Amino acid sequence: MSLGDFLHMGGYAGYVWTAYGLTTMVLALNWVSARGNEAEQRDLAMRRMNIDKENRT
Amino acid sequence: MRRAAVSSAARLVFRRDLTLAWRRWDEVAQPLIFYVVVTTLFPLATTPDLSELSKIASGVVWVAALLSSLLALESLFRSDVEDGTMEQWVLSGQPLGWLLLAKVVCHWVLTGLPLVVIAPIVGTALGLPFAAWGTLIVSLLLGTATLSILGGIGAALTVGVRRGSVLLSLLVLPLAMPLLIFGSRAVMMAMDGDSPAGPLQLLAAIFFLVLSLGPLAMSAAIRISVES
Amino acid sequence: MWIWVHKFGSPPHAYRLLGKLAPWFGWPALGLILLATWWGLVKAPADYQQGDAFRILYVHAPSAWMSMFTYVVMAVAAGIGLVWRIKLAHAAAAAAAPIGASFTFLALATGSIWGKPMWGTWWVWDARLTSELILLFLYLGYMALRSSFDDPQRADRASAVLAIVGVINVPIIHYSVKWWSTLHQAASVTKLAKPSIALPMLIPLFIMIAGFQLYFGWLICRRLRGEILRRERNASWLNEAS
Repeated sequence: MSLGDFLHMGGYAGYVWTAYGLTTMVLALNWVSARGNEAEQRDLAMRRMNIDKENRT
Repeated sequence: MRRAAVSSAARLVFRRDLTLAWRRWDEVAQPLIFYVVVTTLFPLATTPDLSELSKIASGVVWVAALLSSLLALESLFRSDVEDGTMEQWVLSGQPLGWLLLAKVVCHWVLTGLPLVVIAPIVGTALGLPFAAWGTLIVSLLLGTATLSILGGIGAALTVGVRRGSVLLSLLVLPLAMPLLIFGSRAVMMAMDGDSPAGPLQLLAAIFFLVLSLGPLAMSAAIRISVES
Repeated sequence: MWIWVHKFGSPPHAYRLLGKLAPWFGWPALGLILLATWWGLVKAPADYQQGDAFRILYVHAPSAWMSMFTYVVMAVAAGIGLVWRIKLAHAAAAAAAPIGASFTFLALATGSIWGKPMWGTWWVWDARLTSELILLFLYLGYMALRSSFDDPQRADRASAVLAIVGVINVPIIHYSVKWWSTLHQAASVTKLAKPSIALPMLIPLFIMIAGFQLYFGWLICRRLRGEILRRERNASWLNEAS
């Protein structure tokens, strides 16, 4: 099966690739969101930590 | 000191709510008026032809009943939570579920029951045949009663929330979809001359399930809303 | 056993453990998903009825499965948090919700895309899609309730009650929708059910489901760490945290 045939997906290319593309996007967005959320929370926590330390000294 | 029996406490709650509602009669009437107005929207939006309307009559009567009931549910617990009555009930040592159920029953008598009375009239205006009246009434009795309890759970969860009525509807409507499916379908089957026993029995089963577990969920939700 | 649970349930331990656990979920997940994608798109033969369009099954069915699996996980975690007052369980439920909602959305989108070449319309009220739609409403309601409270403890506990009520309702909803959808079809076949297909065509499906499950594990580990950080913002153990 040639690359052309593969991409063509028997005529259903639009549907198949959109579906797989959406899946990739959703999975990737989950990845970004999870990591971003963790980093953001760590940032906020560290900043809080430092503010408390300053207030105490 | 003898603790008052649960049943007399529940009866007191019921009578008190009834009396309070009597003084604010217009608030009780509003959901009913809403019901009639909403059902009027459908012929205006589609067609005046009764034979065509009759195809959606069952659905319209049911959906409008759901929406009207939800409208009335938002304020079910609000005033009691706000003035501290609910806190007293939680602390009183009486089984909270029964007291809350008494409130829900009173609420149903004031809103659900009148809906069931008006529904056949509204349905006829939409082309619903007289033969389906019995099924309509039975299905709505079960449906509105179940919805009152489900709505009670939702109201208990959202009692402190600003503009909680939309959130309440969002939470309760998906849970009410099985009621809608079975209730409306039962009426349609009656219209076709088939026996609606199947969906009506399922409706009854759901009602009993919700009746047995509902008060538990409601009291858990009220405690959470009151205790913080 | 309870000592272990309590030890695990303590934030610093959980935070560290989740951090170590995450790559064990993540890398195998990536591998399996890539393998399943290749297998499903290249190696598996085309369906004689649906042609290459049926390959959408390999992303639609796992998404639908994960959407339901996540809801149950969320409800169980919420229940544990409510009954035993374990904050970590509440945090897990909160972490799971957006993941489940995104899987539900994906199931709906891929189901709709699959429907167009097969049935001619972008939407069909078939049992599975309708159930997924209602599930999406349940997720959105849960997340809306959570965000409507300022007090995190109330948010946890109120949404836990909602999740439990929801999970009890889900079988009822499924059954009623199935009953409703068969009323106008001669054959009571869910339109987007797996067509009765041969084993070689099922293998990429199982691999993809396994991949999605492991990915869910990775996502929960990371999101749960974020939740712990958010809830423990003032705790001193954060200084030593990696």
